[in-house]
Amino acid sequence: MKDHLGRPLVAVTGIGIVTPLGWGREESWAALKAGKSGISRIRRFAVDKLRTTIAGTVELPEEAEGAPPVSAAVRVERMAEAAVTEALAQAKLGTAGAFPGPLMLGMPPVELEWPQRFELARQANGSGAYPAITQVATGRRDIYETFMFGGVGERLAACFGTTGAPIALTTACATGASAIQMAVEAIQRGESDAAIALGTDGSVQPEAVIRFSLLSALTARNDAPEKASRPFEKSRDGFVMSEGAAALILESLEHATARGAEVLGIIAGCGERADSFHRTRSNPDGHAIIGAMRNAITDAGLEPADIGYVNAHGTSTPENDKMETLGMRAVFGDAPPPISSNKSMIGHTLSAAGALEAAFSLLTIRDQVLPPTINHDEPDPTVMLDVVPNVARPVSGLKHVLSNSFGFGGQNVCLVVSAAP
Amino acid sequence: MKKQDVVITGIGLVSSLGEGPDAHWDVLSQPGTKPVVDEATFAPYPVHPLPALSLDKQIPKKGDQRQMEPWQRLGTYAAGLAIDQAGARDLVSDMHLIVAAGGGERDIAVDEAVATALCTTPTEEAGPILNEKLGTELRPTLFLAQLSNLLAGNISIVHGVTGSSRTFMGEEAAAADAVRIAAARLSEGRGGIALVGGAYASQRWDLALLYGSGNALWRGPFAPVSARDGDGGFVGGALGAFLVLETEEHAASRGATALAKLSGVATDAAHNRPNPSAAAAKALWQKLGAPVGSLGVLSGMTGVPDARAAEEEFLAGFGDAAIRRTGTLLGHGVEATFPANVALGALALSRGGFYPAMDPADAGTGAVERILVTGFGQWRGEALALLERAA
Repeated sequence: MKDHLGRPLVAVTGIGIVTPLGWGREESWAALKAGKSGISRIRRFAVDKLRTTIAGTVELPEEAEGAPPVSAAVRVERMAEAAVTEALAQAKLGTAGAFPGPLMLGMPPVELEWPQRFELARQANGSGAYPAITQVATGRRDIYETFMFGGVGERLAACFGTTGAPIALTTACATGASAIQMAVEAIQRGESDAAIALGTDGSVQPEAVIRFSLLSALTARNDAPEKASRPFEKSRDGFVMSEGAAALILESLEHATARGAEVLGIIAGCGERADSFHRTRSNPDGHAIIGAMRNAITDAGLEPADIGYVNAHGTSTPENDKMETLGMRAVFGDAPPPISSNKSMIGHTLSAAGALEAAFSLLTIRDQVLPPTINHDEPDPTVMLDVVPNVARPVSGLKHVLSNSFGFGGQNVCLVVSAAP
Repeated sequence: MKKQDVVITGIGLVSSLGEGPDAHWDVLSQPGTKPVVDEATFAPYPVHPLPALSLDKQIPKKGDQRQMEPWQRLGTYAAGLAIDQAGARDLVSDMHLIVAAGGGERDIAVDEAVATALCTTPTEEAGPILNEKLGTELRPTLFLAQLSNLLAGNISIVHGVTGSSRTFMGEEAAAADAVRIAAARLSEGRGGIALVGGAYASQRWDLALLYGSGNALWRGPFAPVSARDGDGGFVGGALGAFLVLETEEHAASRGATALAKLSGVATDAAHNRPNPSAAAAKALWQKLGAPVGSLGVLSGMTGVPDARAAEEEFLAGFGDAAIRRTGTLLGHGVEATFPANVALGALALSRGGFYPAMDPADAGTGAVERILVTGFGQWRGEALALLERAA
């Protein structure tokens, strides 16, 4: 029940997933194993004049029926709610509206978007000037409570009855992994026997797409959306923005065992290392990425040789995949384990990615199937890795998976996900 | 796991009153200090403006300065002040970092022009024009100045802090939890030294829009926190506040001076006000388990009515404790206020004194042995920190 450092082992007893491939864990996972792409042309808003016109998107039921698109803040919250609900149904922990632990919520920064600005400007007699729209916005509690950073966490915490203050956090593309790490630490320190860890993102709106485009981070293979995300492949040229959410119900193994819960796996180790090199690029020596991977393996009390598979960060940008290859070779030597990128199918779900990929890592162990890296047409000779090209691969005896997350701002977080003991 | 004591060895503080511990002690330890207020520029919202900073001292590369807007510069600057006071420049590679962040700056001119031009255009026509305007008029680097986790990113780049990096979001509560978790991680042996804090650039219309929409901003001529009648509200205060925390052992082993001991931080979210919020805070106080005698309170009271009512109900239980509403002189700095008040608490304990009244409602003048910092968020969140004299 304790790990090699005497800390309580942290079990996963519930998993909830929302991706462009489906609202639900099994639906998303089945599509992922089948190598299906969730990337499509953006239909949510006009894409004229955009360099990139494709993304992975998750529509809310009312949007699918024709309602106007909601803001990212609302989408993030709704997907989160669905993921937590699914995870809780599996974990059967707590009672409705009373979960016995805190909420660790990985989410993107949210803010007023253009539809809100236009509405306020219309009310201000056609003036978009800040003093004018600020005046007409006064007393609009809906705007305030929707777009304050604490709003999503406040409502989710109240809805699920989590204990203490909800913690919303962002570490860019490592956010989901950081949320899991925070929950693991809370259980290890004895702050609680259980916690909900959540990563959620729903940022496919015009300004966000344009801003990532301006950083030259996105691919513009608009003609064949499902072929656009090609991590580790020779012609990769940027990531595809995407949306989704994943929730994990975590509890001490002791707590889970005592109540007879099915243990889906263990979060055995967490490792992190910040980089000080550049705002959007890793230090070419890879030390922060390597450090985060090694720290996670060490934290789990394992050796690199114990890791049977790596769930890649694998964004499909030339830079990330090159650096991740460097990290793999540095940590694992000449015979690295297989590595594949969920992002080849669901795109880069940004703040949700770390949580989704940890969730898929657990399902990888459960089913003993490595999901593929699709769109692997021409190998990149500098990527000397087994990327599980194009087709899922059955395995046996897989016990430990390393899940990598690397983000803008030098944020690197890795998790070791292990089979139930 | 054996819990280790955590001490504060560095504070980095920038406010409208100045920068650094000496400037703040000199001004705040004198009775009758007046706030620095600009009532005109963001009328009807008064603000406490940012003082002039010698940015080159903390952010030596002009290229780094250009990559940031005022919010990130202020935070990065204050973080550097904290590291300097702690004498910890050579410890940054293993220093852990937690930042409480709001959103970064937007391009105000683009926002205004685009909203004016397109607000009455039908959606299907406006979409392509919006795409074209944003694509040509937004500066690529502004995205990085806007991203919340890039304050932490800039602190890593400029000061070399790379032990770990996390950014919490959620206004006042995020800052209190940042301090709580940074301290808890040290206490349980996850590293020996950490940097934690936040910044608030008060002179921003985009923030007036957000907080104003909730009626959370004070309008009209400046008034002290306790005297903001009617709708009440906070007056935004430029504030950068970072703390260097260390285990007592880590500080002692390198001969660093502990300014104060951080004896406890406790937080909650009551989801309702005023009474459930006050009750939650009372429970947190019980959890801290400190005696009520010789207590000084540094209150982060905002002036938002429900939050103020909850906190006044909580503070009523403290008898003749010396209570100081720092918001009257510093303004409210959202994510920066809780660490700023912890910093002021550490400063007072290190100088062996306390502060005279800052707000007309401030009472109590007794000797102060320990300091309670309160953080009732403008909308949600209850938080307390307890500081005691370093051994």
